[in-house]
Amino acid sequence: MTRAAMNDDKQPARADREQAGRECDEHGNAAPIPLLSVRKLRKNYRSGGGLLEVLRGVDFDLDQSGFVAIVGQSGSGKSTLLHLMGLLDEPDSGEVYLSGTRIDNLPAHHRDRLRNTDIGMVFQSYHLLPELNALENVLAPLMVRYGVFEWMRRKTEARSRARTLLERFGLGARLHHKPRQLSGGEMQRVAIARALVSQPRVLLADEPTGNLDEASGAEILDTICELNREDGLSIVLVTHDSAIARRADRIVRLAAGHVEKV
Amino acid sequence: MYKLLLCWRYLRTRWIALASVVSVTLGVATMIVVNAVMAGFSHEMQTRIHGILSDIVFESHSLSGFQDPKWHMEEIKRAGGAAIAGMTPTVAVPAMLNFQVRGQWVTRQVMFIGIDESTHAHVSDFGGYLQHPENRKQLSFNLREGGYDTVDSQADSPGPTRPALEGAGWPYRRMRVERERLWRQRLESQQAPSAVNDEAPQNPQSQPARSVNTQVEAVLAAADAPADPATDAPASKQDPFRAVRPEEGRVMDPAQEQFTGIVPGIGLASFRDNTGVDRFLILPGDDVKVTFPTAGTPPKAVSDTFTVVDFYESKMSEYDSNFVFVPIQELQRMRGMIDPQTGIPSVNSIQIKLSPGTDLALMRDQLRKAFPAEMYLISSWRDKQGPLLMAVEMEMAVLNILLFLIIAVAGFGILAIFFMIVVEKTRDIGILKSLGASSSGVAGIFLGYGLFLGLLGAGAGLALGLAITWNINTIRAFVEWCTGQRVFDPSIYYFFKIPTIVNFYTISWIIAGAVGIAVGASVLPALRAARLHPVEALRHD
Repeated sequence: MTRAAMNDDKQPARADREQAGRECDEHGNAAPIPLLSVRKLRKNYRSGGGLLEVLRGVDFDLDQSGFVAIVGQSGSGKSTLLHLMGLLDEPDSGEVYLSGTRIDNLPAHHRDRLRNTDIGMVFQSYHLLPELNALENVLAPLMVRYGVFEWMRRKTEARSRARTLLERFGLGARLHHKPRQLSGGEMQRVAIARALVSQPRVLLADEPTGNLDEASGAEILDTICELNREDGLSIVLVTHDSAIARRADRIVRLAAGHVEKV
Repeated sequence: MYKLLLCWRYLRTRWIALASVVSVTLGVATMIVVNAVMAGFSHEMQTRIHGILSDIVFESHSLSGFQDPKWHMEEIKRAGGAAIAGMTPTVAVPAMLNFQVRGQWVTRQVMFIGIDESTHAHVSDFGGYLQHPENRKQLSFNLREGGYDTVDSQADSPGPTRPALEGAGWPYRRMRVERERLWRQRLESQQAPSAVNDEAPQNPQSQPARSVNTQVEAVLAAADAPADPATDAPASKQDPFRAVRPEEGRVMDPAQEQFTGIVPGIGLASFRDNTGVDRFLILPGDDVKVTFPTAGTPPKAVSDTFTVVDFYESKMSEYDSNFVFVPIQELQRMRGMIDPQTGIPSVNSIQIKLSPGTDLALMRDQLRKAFPAEMYLISSWRDKQGPLLMAVEMEMAVLNILLFLIIAVAGFGILAIFFMIVVEKTRDIGILKSLGASSSGVAGIFLGYGLFLGLLGAGAGLALGLAITWNINTIRAFVEWCTGQRVFDPSIYYFFKIPTIVNFYTISWIIAGAVGIAVGASVLPALRAARLHPVEALRHD
């Protein structure tokens, strides 16, 4: 199977797309192609002398405007799965599709581009850039996307979009504060605003409430649910807390590198 | 865009990086200052040497020289064509210069050079090195009626004055002759009573000196205008310095007449005290004796008395304490270099000036082809001072290599600090990658950062270096004032100020090198940043 997957790696993107389409046909669904799907995803880590099998063939779909929670114990591989979907890491075998297009085997600069435009990510420890203020942190993906001259042209538009997002999350008064001057909840809201500023197709959230107190965590969770309900944003939420997971449309439980229950 | 912003933010918040900037700054500043001073010295030295020597020197191997300079000059003109802008014959012989200072005879070994006063200044900067403004325009071996510079005409700003030159020339000569006459008179009038008392002549030695001065001043005040020969006539009879010109066979009056004029180097006649003021042992108007060999074999030593009419100051102590100039015809006559039958003179060498833009080495080789090497030595001024010029160039090259190593050390500082910053910023690098920044983009941040630091350091170094260079003499004065030590002794260098030349070509190389090293040092950290795995980077604390 590993060998087959490796062969698949070498197939051109067009064939992947056909294959993805066929698969859908096999399921006999008239439903549209899932926004994000992973197939037979395997990922091993080498630790010390041994081989740590984190993911042992994970299959998983996220529909357009869907909200999926991935739950599992620590070390069950849920973060790894999220990183693979977010193209931060490469699987040892298996495929990742975005709107039916295989994306995990694209050249590096394509994946960088996709990460920048189509995938928004939120992390447990916020991961804001400490040198930049809230507004600049939100603008960071757009700065990454544009060169100096294009940035100059689009600056006003970008800034107003970032400002609108921050105001929507109740941070209108804290635009020019550095991350260290913000509370955890505020930092996470800035991080969400940053994930949304490039209008991604999917938001990947890795334990977004993990470092927050209950009230702030609930606020963040409400925000995420609202984004899904009102804006129709497709969301994958990784959490170890089943109470949080219940807010999602669907729960995927990972255990020992397999999907246990869908 | 994010690269620029982050570079800028890192620059503003990472003070440790500025420490490496300081080392680049100091390295660049040092290089600029050292290069400027070295170039200044080198240029000063070259202009001096070139000013003293003509472009090409055409010499005979023999001390007796070659006959008929006119014919030789025509031949040179034929061989060199339009490139020959001017020529002058010279005769140079080793000689001994003797002069009396407070009763003591001082002897100096010199090069006695016979020059053609009308043309010599045209082939070199000779004229510019004289102390009388009129002599600078056109040299005359006749003593001038005062007007010698009391301020060094070659110094840019008023340097130490030379008060001794105030009355030099005829007024000094008349005063000296008068003083000697009065002194002699006094001595003679005391001679009679001293027959009884032996101590008398020595005892009043210091006392009369003062009273003689007052008497001289009185005499000079009375006859401030050109002295009346009638009143001086009896005095000259008792003049001990009177000399008899053999061809004239009459007693000359030193207050009215002079011997053949000579121009000694200023280093022979003066010394600079540690306040920078020149003290003179002899002045224009003084008489000196020169002993030199005649032409022919074996050479015989002949002596004659000459009158100092000016000083030669090229600021190259080697020349200033060695050269004595004399009219060429006089020297030829005294040395017996004029053929008694034909009246054709001989000379030692011909100084050749080339028209501007002529290739020095090419013209030298052309002349070497035209004249037999067994008879004539033809060399350019660069050949004459080749080893010295080479040594200076070598010194500059070695210094530059050493100083560049300082900047290289700064480069390693940048390398270490950047590695630290990359480690410190690992998580940020992961964040940027998660936001879609490419590996090359991340590397670009650190390369750009290195470029920023390099430019900043080099820019600050440039400013500091130029500030030091342009104010180096003020700084020198300040350091001397602080330490009480002489940092730059004008009595050694014979310039009052440290010369500097800012060469923009050199500076741009220094800047480019410094920036290159800064960027080069950031390549490894940048590569490391680019290769960071985003997931691991994000996990980094």
